[in-house]
Amino acid sequence: MAIKKECVTMLLAGGQGSRLYALTSRVAKPAVTFGGKYKIIDFPLSNCVNSDLDTVGVLTQYQPLLLNDYIGNGQPWDLDRSFGGVHILSPYQAKKGSDWFKGTANAIYQNITFIKQYNPDYVLILSGDHIYKMNYAAMLQYHKQHEADCTIAAIEVPIEEASRFGILNTNKDGSIYEFEEKPKNPKSNLASMGIYIFTASKLYEYLEADAKKEETSNDFGKDVIPEMLRNKEKMFAYKFEGYWKDVGTIDSLFDANMDLLGDMPNFDLKDSDWRIHSRNPIAPPHYVGETGVVKNSIISLGGEIYGTVENSVLSDHVTIKAGAVVKNSVLFSGVTICENAVVENAIIDEGVIVGEGAVVGAKPKAKEKRKIAVIGRGYEVKAKGVVEPGEIVEDKD
Amino acid sequence: MNALGIIFSNIHDNNVPELTMNRTIGAIPFAGRYRLIDFTLSSMVNSGITHVGCITKRNYRSLIDHVGSGKEWDLARKNGGFVLLPPFGEKDANSLYSTRLEALKTVLGFINRCTETYVVLSDTNSVYNIDFNQMLQFHVDSQAAITMLYVEKDMKDISGRNNVMLKIDSDSNIKEITVDPKVDGKVNIYGNITIMRKDLLVSLVSDAIAHGVQHLVEETIGQHLNAMKVVGYKHNGYFEEISSLQRFYNVNLALLDKDTRDSLFGVAEVYTKIKDSAPTEYGENAVVKNSLVSDGCIIEGEVYNSIIFRGVKVGRGAVVRDSILMKNTSIGDYASVTSVITDKNVNIRDRRVLAGCKELPFYLRKDLTV
Repeated sequence: MAIKKECVTMLLAGGQGSRLYALTSRVAKPAVTFGGKYKIIDFPLSNCVNSDLDTVGVLTQYQPLLLNDYIGNGQPWDLDRSFGGVHILSPYQAKKGSDWFKGTANAIYQNITFIKQYNPDYVLILSGDHIYKMNYAAMLQYHKQHEADCTIAAIEVPIEEASRFGILNTNKDGSIYEFEEKPKNPKSNLASMGIYIFTASKLYEYLEADAKKEETSNDFGKDVIPEMLRNKEKMFAYKFEGYWKDVGTIDSLFDANMDLLGDMPNFDLKDSDWRIHSRNPIAPPHYVGETGVVKNSIISLGGEIYGTVENSVLSDHVTIKAGAVVKNSVLFSGVTICENAVVENAIIDEGVIVGEGAVVGAKPKAKEKRKIAVIGRGYEVKAKGVVEPGEIVEDKD
Repeated sequence: MNALGIIFSNIHDNNVPELTMNRTIGAIPFAGRYRLIDFTLSSMVNSGITHVGCITKRNYRSLIDHVGSGKEWDLARKNGGFVLLPPFGEKDANSLYSTRLEALKTVLGFINRCTETYVVLSDTNSVYNIDFNQMLQFHVDSQAAITMLYVEKDMKDISGRNNVMLKIDSDSNIKEITVDPKVDGKVNIYGNITIMRKDLLVSLVSDAIAHGVQHLVEETIGQHLNAMKVVGYKHNGYFEEISSLQRFYNVNLALLDKDTRDSLFGVAEVYTKIKDSAPTEYGENAVVKNSLVSDGCIIEGEVYNSIIFRGVKVGRGAVVRDSILMKNTSIGDYASVTSVITDKNVNIRDRRVLAGCKELPFYLRKDLTV
């Protein structure tokens, strides 16, 4: 019998991330690189451990190999615990049958035994595709103070963008009276962040009821939350102030990387009070050569820079050869940009080689919308090759 | 590899008194993010050695902090793994060892209990990336009792004390061992790495205890050169001894050369303690040329021909040349440092100008504010 935990965290990391195209053809979205040395999942995992939540179930499904490898025993996040710690939960075959996780709620339902073995009072549900720093302990405190059945973290978004989100309409005391999924005419700009704290008994009750239904998509946002509201359960919005970005699209992933740059970056990775832990690359410091020029950029370990790098984010082991120019771009681990190649407004995945004199992406012409070129893992752009702005290329096999 | 690793983390402390004031020689920072012991541990681990005893004497807190359980070297194990061997004062505190042999005496019990057939003994004052399997193969093939690793060096590149010169015949047999030779030109210098069978080490040490002998290499092995087969194994790859502050400076800056860097890091991976620092940020006006820059730095000024450790800040308009800035050094705005070695947490205020020269780098001790 496991030791009782006050709160168990369930991290939904099974998303395919189909809008990230080539970047997720071989890895799950939470395992996509971010900010030079992180994977997206480092953020919720680090938030957990920094919030003293030490029992985390990670639900994987799509392309789990690299993600499982990355999480391992949880040691990089200090989550290799004898009591609690991180657990990878994949779909499994049970006596009654086997199923893939159908929706977010179904994924949790299928692992309800995992949760119950810790006999928690609360369950925190997170998704593995957001970049933010958040103290979940404070949210749990809020949930307890309001004696809520469910608390949903929410952030104010520009009203013109509100129709892209699940919108929470709240009373003055923060209680939610209505939840609208992607409303055409939003009444408020308070968007759900997909972070829920449930009182455990309520969660079990609703998941079991949801599982018995025929007409359901087994989804928290579409089914469980609306059902709880219909039954007048105590639901509260926990307003989060700070940086939060859903990096589910190429543009948002690109923008979030760019938010790390500048004197006063929108999102600061250096906060020593809220360290983002990750599995670190094994590499010596990076080297900037006599011909190297680096401006307003961040660079991880092991790189060799002989060309020009501006407004860019470079992961470990990136080589920029002499005469190459990289601007406004995000380069993942092990990318090589050969002599005199030009890369602008691009995201380049692991191990890509951009050949001599090749051109990848470009600055948008006047009045034209910026388009991000994407090169998938392991692709090789031939010498003098061209990847058009906004073009997405990847190896087919 | 069926061998036990034994590391001496203190021997040679006196060679670099500046850097070993607060730490053992094995804990001296190197190449932007390493400590000297990382190279010994990584070589052992990469060679398949999974049981390493590390003999310490004093000032080993920073070493414990660095190595911890040994997990970064994959040495946190139920069977074997990294074992710290603190000094074992037998009757009174003054009985702490001062030579390798005395150190080995105090851990003879540990060595006796280990089940490995061979031992690889190494000091931690050198930087190398060696596959000990090849050395062990050489040891077995030459049917030697003892194999000592050596490198060919020019005497003018050698500083510090207790350098051991080996005289070797054409069959690799060691004929003579000389401490601090008074010669010029190229010599074969002992790399402070030895392989032998574990039971031979135990009997040599026990024998030495009985006869009151002090030194392992010069006396114990030196006296047995005729009695048993002692051979030299030549290492042709990267090997640099940190035998003085000047050598520390030169050897670090030599890594700015790509071929030198590749000869050290391109052989096998070198592991070190993980700090989870964010990647380094370069400001709008940063200028960095011919430099190694580690993680977690903020570079707003100019850096030339330098080694920048983790968490260093170089302020706006500041100029850093030919320098080694250790962890969390902060260079204020418009300050200028040339040929300077700053130890950890040194803080150089705005507009300060400090300069040594390449032949005599200016060392600033840990936690100093200038």
